[in-house]
Amino acid sequence: MAVMNNVEAVRATLYDALKNDDRTLILGEDVGARGNVFLITKDFVNEFGPERVIDTPIAEASIVGIAVGMAMEGLRPIAEIQFADFIYPAFNQIVGEAAKTRYRSNGEYTCPLVIRTPYGGGVRGALSHSVSIEALFYHVPGLKIVAPAFPADVKGLLNASIDDPDPVLFLEHKKTYRLIKGEVPDGHYTIPLGKANVLKEGSALTVVSYGLYVHWALEAAQKLQEEGLSVEVIDLRSIRPMDKATILESVRKTRKLLIVHEDNKFGGIGAEISAMVAEEALFDLDAPIRRLCAPDVPAMGYALPLEEEYMSSPAEMADAMREMVRF
Amino acid sequence: MATKSSASAKHVPAFERHGLSDEQLVSMLRTMLMQRTLESRGFQLNRQGKIPFASASEGHEAVQAGAAMAFHRGSDILVPYYRDLGLDLGIGLSADEVLLSLFARAGDLSGGRQFPHHYASRELGLHSISSVIAAQLPHAAGAAYAIKLRKQTGRAVLVTFGDGATSEGEWHESLNFAAIHALPIVFLCENNEWAISTPLSKQMAQPDVHKRAAGYGMPGVAVDGMNPVACYKAVADAMERARSGGGPTLVEAKCYRFLSHTTDDDDRTYRSREEVDERRKNDPVPAFERLLIENGVLTADAVAELKREILTETNEATDRAEAMPYPLPRDLYSKVYADTYEPWR
Amino acid sequence: MAKTDTTVKTLARYGLTDEQLREMFRNMLMQRQLDNRGFQLNRQGKVPFALGSEGHEALQAGAAMAFTRGKDILAPYYRDLGLALGIGLTPFEIMLSIFARAQDHNGGRQFPNHYSSKKAGLMSFSSILAAHIPHAVGAAYALKLRRQADRAVLVTCGDGTTSEGEWHEAMNFAAIHGLPLVMLVENNEWAISTPLDKQMGQPEIWKRAEGYGMPGKRFNGFDPIETYGVVKEAMDRARGGGGPSIIEGMCYRFLAHSTDDNDMTYRTKDEVVEHRKHDPVPRFEALLLEQGVLTASAVDAMKKDVLRETNEATDQAEALPYPQASDLYTNLFEGAWQPWQ
Repeated sequence: MAVMNNVEAVRATLYDALKNDDRTLILGEDVGARGNVFLITKDFVNEFGPERVIDTPIAEASIVGIAVGMAMEGLRPIAEIQFADFIYPAFNQIVGEAAKTRYRSNGEYTCPLVIRTPYGGGVRGALSHSVSIEALFYHVPGLKIVAPAFPADVKGLLNASIDDPDPVLFLEHKKTYRLIKGEVPDGHYTIPLGKANVLKEGSALTVVSYGLYVHWALEAAQKLQEEGLSVEVIDLRSIRPMDKATILESVRKTRKLLIVHEDNKFGGIGAEISAMVAEEALFDLDAPIRRLCAPDVPAMGYALPLEEEYMSSPAEMADAMREMVRF
Repeated sequence: MATKSSASAKHVPAFERHGLSDEQLVSMLRTMLMQRTLESRGFQLNRQGKIPFASASEGHEAVQAGAAMAFHRGSDILVPYYRDLGLDLGIGLSADEVLLSLFARAGDLSGGRQFPHHYASRELGLHSISSVIAAQLPHAAGAAYAIKLRKQTGRAVLVTFGDGATSEGEWHESLNFAAIHALPIVFLCENNEWAISTPLSKQMAQPDVHKRAAGYGMPGVAVDGMNPVACYKAVADAMERARSGGGPTLVEAKCYRFLSHTTDDDDRTYRSREEVDERRKNDPVPAFERLLIENGVLTADAVAELKREILTETNEATDRAEAMPYPLPRDLYSKVYADTYEPWR
Repeated sequence: MAKTDTTVKTLARYGLTDEQLREMFRNMLMQRQLDNRGFQLNRQGKVPFALGSEGHEALQAGAAMAFTRGKDILAPYYRDLGLALGIGLTPFEIMLSIFARAQDHNGGRQFPNHYSSKKAGLMSFSSILAAHIPHAVGAAYALKLRRQADRAVLVTCGDGTTSEGEWHEAMNFAAIHGLPLVMLVENNEWAISTPLDKQMGQPEIWKRAEGYGMPGKRFNGFDPIETYGVVKEAMDRARGGGGPSIIEGMCYRFLAHSTDDNDMTYRTKDEVVEHRKHDPVPRFEALLLEQGVLTASAVDAMKKDVLRETNEATDQAEALPYPQASDLYTNLFEGAWQPWQ
């Protein structure tokens, strides 16, 4: 058991993958000598060579497209999009190609591919270094989406994603990279995709979140605990597939649901969770479902007040939780 | 400002000035000095913890000052990228506007929304850009198409990008479209040999971006990007061809990125100090300064005076911008659409 | 526009045997027969859609002969019936695709002529132009990484596809890494209704190769033997570690884009008739007769045999069942899967 931050957990997992499976390789912008802009792949190129740690040209469509071809021919490519904001040129290769390869060939060809990308704000990243992209992709059958919050989950879910026989979009919240530390078990292990984690048990309200906001929701819930209010916090970990059983079990117990995410509200992940719970457990609820999400503007601005206005906070989450518990 | 007439420079070995007047040459030097001073200021403010981020264009001063001199203010359109401080200054951006951008103040051209050096000014003909590499290329082709469609002979678009951008699909699609329609546009590649940590040899298999022009059916020109007068000439010729219906040109200016990519980057992790020191010997700013002094365009005293003036201007702009307010939280919600907007009606 | 000499005295064969020449010719006949069959079935209301590759026969038969079965990888596009046949797909497999039957390689999911066969080394591809070019480059990277020096990837596309960003990105990457890849452009001068001069500012695609730092060459795609020679040279270079090339075969699309297109809305009958004079199928037939590689009676017998095989394949495929409704839900991911777990 070692204590790591999320950068170190990604790095250690990628390192083991390259070390133990010669089908794996990393391709992306500045992953070689620079060792990725967050130093995740620092020194990898020295150990594994430039053939398996590929500094690509600035060409995102082909970073994913070439990885698709590698995957179709039996390699296990781990593609990196430097910032999630740069993924749009690769949209066709992810949605139109990777997610459909197995299906369109009726299983003749498959696409075991991981696309890693740092996403999320709170880092003064302005319009092009802070977006959340999960809602743009979670509509797509054929794609799996993972968004871990804790170092131990990063390792287990990244291992599972690399082992997975299908394409996985692996989202790493960049503000958690160095902020969040935790114990990480030694050795190889996986955490199944589609399995949420109940971080804190409670009886009066279920809060569902993922990524950075899981940490803030947990902080808020613990504060409410001191006030005598019992809130259950669920970390989704996987966005597609999503853990229905854990959400429903919790909601049927607490009878109230608050969904918290950094991505904007309209058509966001919270919309699908709300609809599912309304379909499956409407009469178990004692309060309307509530979503605390980013406002519907295209991005957070660079100036501090614009970023702060866009992002939520533990205090705002605590307020929403109090209102829900007291409803 | 003290300038000598070109007549008094007769006794000095003539340099090829391609029709540039003393005043224009001095203006170019001023742009280069201003670019360097403002850029250093950005890095200083970052190290002082006053701003979270700055990016650098040191090494690009000559190409940008030269290209800006070939730009017709009030008529041409500039579609730059984020490493074009000198070009932006050269077409009319003020030091105040630069500092407002660095400090992300409410009075910034983007209202504090964008990263530093992502300016947009309709008045200057300066297009809004994102940080996404090569995304501005199709916009430039579209702007050039609009000029052609409206038969606005005499206008052209100048679009710039680094060597890394040439690998993007959108770069290819834009050059192809511009060539098919013989658009009034100049594609100016500021080839500084580095895309963050990726050297040119990993960006493309042969090192000459301008050689791609033939494949699109347009002229391709290479120019010494450390020579501002040569850059002026290459861009001016291409812009003139574009303005007069001669179609697009790909100009490649070979320069070098002296600093790290941004304040968040450490270039020592991927390139040697020897390489950078060697290239510093060709620093275009002192070289151009010397050239103008030797040719009697400016005296050494006048250069010193110019530098003092620029420093004062930078200091004053810094103080003014720092004292200005941030945007308000409610400014996050404006300008999503033409009207006020709520996702549900 | 492709132009061929009207007479050929001494045949430059690039080492092709009589048997190989006959095999190429049979491929061309079969390609045309199957193409026509698709259009017939569409007019009869039996299939909703068909695509023609008439005019590409020589190019595809020649290129397929330069492909080493069991070794090389083909990343084709949807106008590559002759290439698919030439690397080993059967008329029966083609008809299964046209009829969208359950037994089709794709289980009746894809449009006709979108084959995928791991056995034949034929990579799955979509209808999206240029989307397969990075895949081919990725496959070539896999070959190089594994030091499989006797293998190469043949990737094809039409002239229109060269305008896509992914085409550019893929060519650049292949050149940087010196990958074992041949980019074969089948330039038929038309992208549905878009002529070449609206597709690019100068009409020679092979000239882009220099800008990527790789060899480029143009050849007469109406000549199957010249095609073979050029493709073989490029594939051998790729296999031997000499890196990628862009080769451009000039041909012409004789038919409309597909059964859903009417080409008389955008090009003249005269233009098509003019190009038909260079139709590669009768020209190659005449050449082989003249060179004594085939007799007139052997040609007749071959045509009859191709028709018989096509008829049998049609009947066999037509008699087979469609996929079942429940097949919509399979092969999305490995194993059974629901969005909610």
